[in-house]
Amino acid sequence: MSTNNVLLEVKNLKQFFRVDRKTTTRAVDDVSFHIYEGETFSVVGESGSGKSTLGRTLIRIYDGNSGEVTFMGKKISGKLNEETRQFLRKNMQMIFQDPMASLNPRKKVLDTVAFGLDVNKMTSSAEERKERVLEVLKSVGLHEDHLNRFPHQFSGGQRQRIGVARALVLQPKFIIADEIISALDVSIQAQVINLMKKLQREMGLTYMFIAHDLSMVRYISDRVAVMHVGHIVEMGTVDDVYNNPMHPYTRSLLSAIPHPDPVREKSRKRFVYDISNVIYNDSHMKKLSDTHSVLTTDKDFEMWSKGDYSLSLK
Amino acid sequence: METNQILEVKNLQLSFRLDAGVNHVIRDISFNLFKGETLAIVGESGSGKSVTTKAILGLIDDNGAVEEGSILFRLRENDKEEIVDLLHQSKSYMQKHIRGRKIAIIFQDPMTSLDPTMTIGKQIMESMLEHKLVKSKQEAKDRTKVLLELVGIDHPEKRMKQYPHQLSGGMRQRVVIAIALACEPDLLIADEPTTALDVTIQSQILELIKDIQKKTGVAIIFITHDLGVVANVADRVAVMYAGKLVEEGLAEEIYYNPKHPYTWGLLSSIPSMDSKEEEIESIPGSPPNLINPPKGDAFAYRSNYALAIDFEEIPPFFKISETHSVASWLYHPMAPKVEMPEVLQKRLAKYRTQKEV
Repeated sequence: MSTNNVLLEVKNLKQFFRVDRKTTTRAVDDVSFHIYEGETFSVVGESGSGKSTLGRTLIRIYDGNSGEVTFMGKKISGKLNEETRQFLRKNMQMIFQDPMASLNPRKKVLDTVAFGLDVNKMTSSAEERKERVLEVLKSVGLHEDHLNRFPHQFSGGQRQRIGVARALVLQPKFIIADEIISALDVSIQAQVINLMKKLQREMGLTYMFIAHDLSMVRYISDRVAVMHVGHIVEMGTVDDVYNNPMHPYTRSLLSAIPHPDPVREKSRKRFVYDISNVIYNDSHMKKLSDTHSVLTTDKDFEMWSKGDYSLSLK
Repeated sequence: METNQILEVKNLQLSFRLDAGVNHVIRDISFNLFKGETLAIVGESGSGKSVTTKAILGLIDDNGAVEEGSILFRLRENDKEEIVDLLHQSKSYMQKHIRGRKIAIIFQDPMTSLDPTMTIGKQIMESMLEHKLVKSKQEAKDRTKVLLELVGIDHPEKRMKQYPHQLSGGMRQRVVIAIALACEPDLLIADEPTTALDVTIQSQILELIKDIQKKTGVAIIFITHDLGVVANVADRVAVMYAGKLVEEGLAEEIYYNPKHPYTWGLLSSIPSMDSKEEEIESIPGSPPNLINPPKGDAFAYRSNYALAIDFEEIPPFFKISETHSVASWLYHPMAPKVEMPEVLQKRLAKYRTQKEV
């Protein structure tokens, strides 16, 4: 699925928040990666790992403290001029976690979805506007009757479809999906994920999924980055990360996934990552293969490659 | 009620009056709970699983009404045992003798179920003092320390003086569990206790709940929407859909030999960790509106396996084994033979081979 065209390149991105005069939260701390055109890149991690902040910094909800982001050959970090800003808004879109909280309850679906068109003055008549919206609604599995309804008249899965439609209406190249299924029921989750896959096939979209559900991530992604306290600790293809995890944090996450299999569950051994003495500052990204890299120090690396995790696991 | 049974819900029917009409949330459900076991009730939002537990606790809102049925509970007090119908008790009786004392509940979100202005020590002691289980404050403090250790919180003495905001999400949920256990209840209801937590914390809390059951012998009703989560903790599983139970059995029976098309759908919409499938099997459509419940089998409208009779008549329970029963016309002697979806068959076959290895 992935070609070798890099769509988005991130170098040493940092996003800090000042809490008060003494403390600063380093939410995203020196993160580098790239995303190929047409692929699905997932960022996983627990709450507080900085994965959502990363997504929000890329799309410029936050401005980033330092680092360089190149998107489709254009620099989109630092100060933006009006032209770049419009280019970014048109080509990069975001879908949020809670579909009820991210839709305006007093706006009809038509107006919510058309908002991007209106702001960018993309349509010349009311008919054209309606047509564009209808087209995108159909592609996410909604129909004409839904145009004049309000968000509360929809079920959770349908609301998330409206969120997807809103992101698609400007025909972007790149979509950041921030925990888009975690607020939905299990049976509806599969519907939304299958829809995202179908849209990717039909429109050649590139996705960045932000998620904490590792089993769903394995299913949808081409490549995965694992984040912990602002750092990417391991990155690679789905095979690399799920079948040959190197970093103890990745291992602890994987060992915590519940399986719908009682016998296996009863004999499960859980790794507990000892976070008490974690300092990533003197670690560096080490390449294990062309696709697989891990954040480590030389000393740790030596131990981990021998399968010795005694210092990092409880 | 058999002697080893602690709770029996019989033909419960419950509805809420709304502006739009009468919402039939629970439509005739029955189940049993035995001492020391864990029953998982699994269903989507709106299936009635949480309302069932609220009915047990006597916490139904004023616009709700029990139309039929009974909830029998074995009440043990000073070596005396009696069986009470929880649906026919006064509010003050429920508050004084049942809720928090004999039946405790853990809610989903630990931040909203804790009082932000009270130290956690005080919150744990509150119910013991209220129910006069302890003679002095010192005794309450001692018991609190033991409880905090039981739920895996270090330095209990220091923690008792802290406020909820000073703890992490996992620690807060541990405190909520300690509060629930404060009066040594006979029945613990866990309503999606891990849904708001991260995977690593989730597995810790699940292990804690299992561990506590081993130590205290408390019976547990575990409410969840995710069949994947409860494989580890459940002895028995009951699957709910649109206010009815559709399948009930031992955990092994539900996970390895599911019979109802809805259970098939739930299991196959969990992405497999072992193989890469092109498309996840999803259940089409969404749950029905229970103001005008559909005729016949409510799931038939979303099922590929529906028979003509499904749209006419509600299916009775068919017994698969002594412990396993399913409400679907597919198991009527006259129904055509059907097999579960291929994806699921393959997956279950894999589990079986792994078991033998």
